[in-house]
Amino acid sequence: MQKPARYVGGEFNAVMKDLSEVDTRIAYCFPDTYEIGMSNLGMRILYGVMNNMEGVWCERCFHPWGDMEEEMRKEDIPLYALESFDPIGSFDIIAFSVGYEMAFPAILNMLDLAHVPLRAEERGSLTPLVIAGGTAMYNCEPIADFIDIALLGEGEDQVPELIELYRMARREKWSKQELLCKAARLDGVYVPGLYDVTYHDDGTVRAITPKDGAPAKIRKRIVQDMDKAYYPVRTIVPSTEIVQDRIMLELFRGCIRGCRFCQAGYVYRPVRNRSRELLARYARESVEDSGYQEMTLSSLSTSDYRSLVELCDELEPFCAHKHLNLSLPSLRADNFSMALMERLQKGRKTGLTFAPEAGTQRLRDAINKNLTEDDLLESCRRAFAGGYNAVKLYFMLGLPTETDEDVEGIADVAAHVMHAWRESATNKNRGVRITVSTSWFVPKSHTAFQWEPQISIEEYERRVALLRERMNTKTVTYNWHPSPTSFMEAVLSRGDRRMCAVLESVHRKGATLDAWEEYFSLERWLEAFDECGLDPHFYANRTREHGEVLPWSHIDVGVTDAFLWREHERAHEGVTTPDCRTRCSGCGASSMIGRACDG
Amino acid sequence: MAKLRLLFVKENQASYISHLDLMRTFQRVFPRGGLELRHSQGFHPHPLISIVLPLPVGQSSECELLDFEVEQDVDGSGVADMVNSGLPAGLCARECYRVQRPARDLAYLRASIELDYDRGVPDGAEDKLRELFSREEVLVSKRTKHKELTEINIIPMIKELEWSRREGRVCVLATVAAQNPGLNPALLGTAVCAQLPGLAPDFTRVRRLELYDAQMDIFR
Repeated sequence: MQKPARYVGGEFNAVMKDLSEVDTRIAYCFPDTYEIGMSNLGMRILYGVMNNMEGVWCERCFHPWGDMEEEMRKEDIPLYALESFDPIGSFDIIAFSVGYEMAFPAILNMLDLAHVPLRAEERGSLTPLVIAGGTAMYNCEPIADFIDIALLGEGEDQVPELIELYRMARREKWSKQELLCKAARLDGVYVPGLYDVTYHDDGTVRAITPKDGAPAKIRKRIVQDMDKAYYPVRTIVPSTEIVQDRIMLELFRGCIRGCRFCQAGYVYRPVRNRSRELLARYARESVEDSGYQEMTLSSLSTSDYRSLVELCDELEPFCAHKHLNLSLPSLRADNFSMALMERLQKGRKTGLTFAPEAGTQRLRDAINKNLTEDDLLESCRRAFAGGYNAVKLYFMLGLPTETDEDVEGIADVAAHVMHAWRESATNKNRGVRITVSTSWFVPKSHTAFQWEPQISIEEYERRVALLRERMNTKTVTYNWHPSPTSFMEAVLSRGDRRMCAVLESVHRKGATLDAWEEYFSLERWLEAFDECGLDPHFYANRTREHGEVLPWSHIDVGVTDAFLWREHERAHEGVTTPDCRTRCSGCGASSMIGRACDG
Repeated sequence: MAKLRLLFVKENQASYISHLDLMRTFQRVFPRGGLELRHSQGFHPHPLISIVLPLPVGQSSECELLDFEVEQDVDGSGVADMVNSGLPAGLCARECYRVQRPARDLAYLRASIELDYDRGVPDGAEDKLRELFSREEVLVSKRTKHKELTEINIIPMIKELEWSRREGRVCVLATVAAQNPGLNPALLGTAVCAQLPGLAPDFTRVRRLELYDAQMDIFR
């Protein structure tokens, strides 16, 4: 058995409660392994929020790795919660946190391991109520038949409301249907079973019709004021290494950049900041409580936090005293960020990572990635002069409007970075490592590219071959994955409700942790599609018409369809949109807070 | 500045925490209680903390020793209580004191090994087991640090075995070499499986009970 510490709980700060004082038991499930789930800040926030409610005990549950699953099935051990070791099938609410479409099969497998019927219609009583939240729920249609309720947006306020409604339902002996109808009236609560979806002959959606008083559009919930939102100062410190094994200090939500491919950039709007004073306090308190020696200042684009320098000024002496490393992820390749990074970098200078995403300025403009090659090269020169000797560059292949010239442009960027090293490296004897990685672009719902096709696997491989041919510098390593996962991700992320049959079929064929290459099988998926009479290419590789009813058309993330379409058109014209701080482009999200965003 | 040693219990859930994870756990426990770990002085400072005799994953122990250096000039009093408020379930500090003896003085350990038989202990098991371990040589294959399989004779590393029998299980109280080289008591179970397949237990449970020096005085 690999890493058994994942399955035994007992960590510092895990919440234990006396069952005689608990009336509502919640199994908070993450459809991936312990190391991934425990690295998720959202999960830590909601674990705290729920356990702060009197009478509610929220426990954690993760998907076991294959070796453990095999033992559990052999010994007939049902899926259990890590705090009490009780089987989650007997809990009141089973809640999933879903950030990634490829985790859908793991949801079904966890229900199965818990001996809970998969389909919502097979679960007639209030218990267990199966709910799901997280960014993948902005299009939850492929799993709509299996969950009772999807929660859209941020859960800090919404989850307690739903739990209170559930308690009322139990007190007043409502039927499950009564509870669902009342829940559908809460903001941000989507009850898939209360919507009928009809289709045209060509397979596109004809209409999504609400029934039993459910709203026609479901708007996501957000936290209005980040300074009043719960932050998990006292949080679980795992006894085994996890992926993000450090304090995650969340500076702000949302992103001002507006990259047109980025779902997070759209669905986390509007931008809301936490005050510097509060952040400094949270930082100190969580270091003291957890004993962690590393802290990451996290956000979608950390260098866009207005008082980042002042915050670092304030934290630096404290960090030095406590031997604490501050790390800044998702930095932009500009002078400001480089200066800050040089200041915080202690000890070994490892590699730097930049994500230009596209090889030419034309394509970077089309996707609204506001990064120039000059900025990138200047940052690289500065890094090489400062003693760095490794740079990783991330790109996507298959972005809308991409031509062979753009693909070859990636090789040019790598060559220019190489020249930058020759010009500015202080110690050339150490050599340099430049790594270029390309991934296969996946169009996502609720983005400017939601109407776009994904390029076919043949075309993707042709572009990879083209790039490989051009990449003739010895010091440049080119990585790419022949990743069929990206194809299935494209299928699932824009799938409709008919795909539930595919999910059920692929589950019966043995799909589990499909986000992991060890467990993913394209053949299994293709067989399942075939069985259900559906064509995966219809979902992944088709250009959707403007005005087409999309499977997620009834989900409102605050950003208007008109804005997304405008961004789509500007992409094809190669016109950039300035960041939100330079000029508001009227996406609609500020209507959710009734004030200007980014305040 | 002080060199301290912590005596602690590792059992139940915590017996599944690996050696490296345990080190990480303790690195976080001391700062929580206000003790500042000393760091090495090199280019990449790391906290000065080590476990005297790492315990294999899955085994429990009443006598684990952790050596660590702190910036403060303290004698360790009060540290055990402080540490206990911040430990994962299954870890419990018993005492903390200044290091008096070097770790190399540790020579033997005593452990209880329980061989469980779900369908009852097979007839004549104890005699066969006694006979096995009275041989001159019992070879057991084990993986080296470099993941290669090698055969070792475990008999020279066994100082004493006391056999007893309870409902559904055979118990051995074993005193074995602790280091240079040391014997993982679980290998006794492995030896049974290999040499007497009919007596292969359904489960082998190991608990470390005490540590001794070369004169068989308790090592602290």
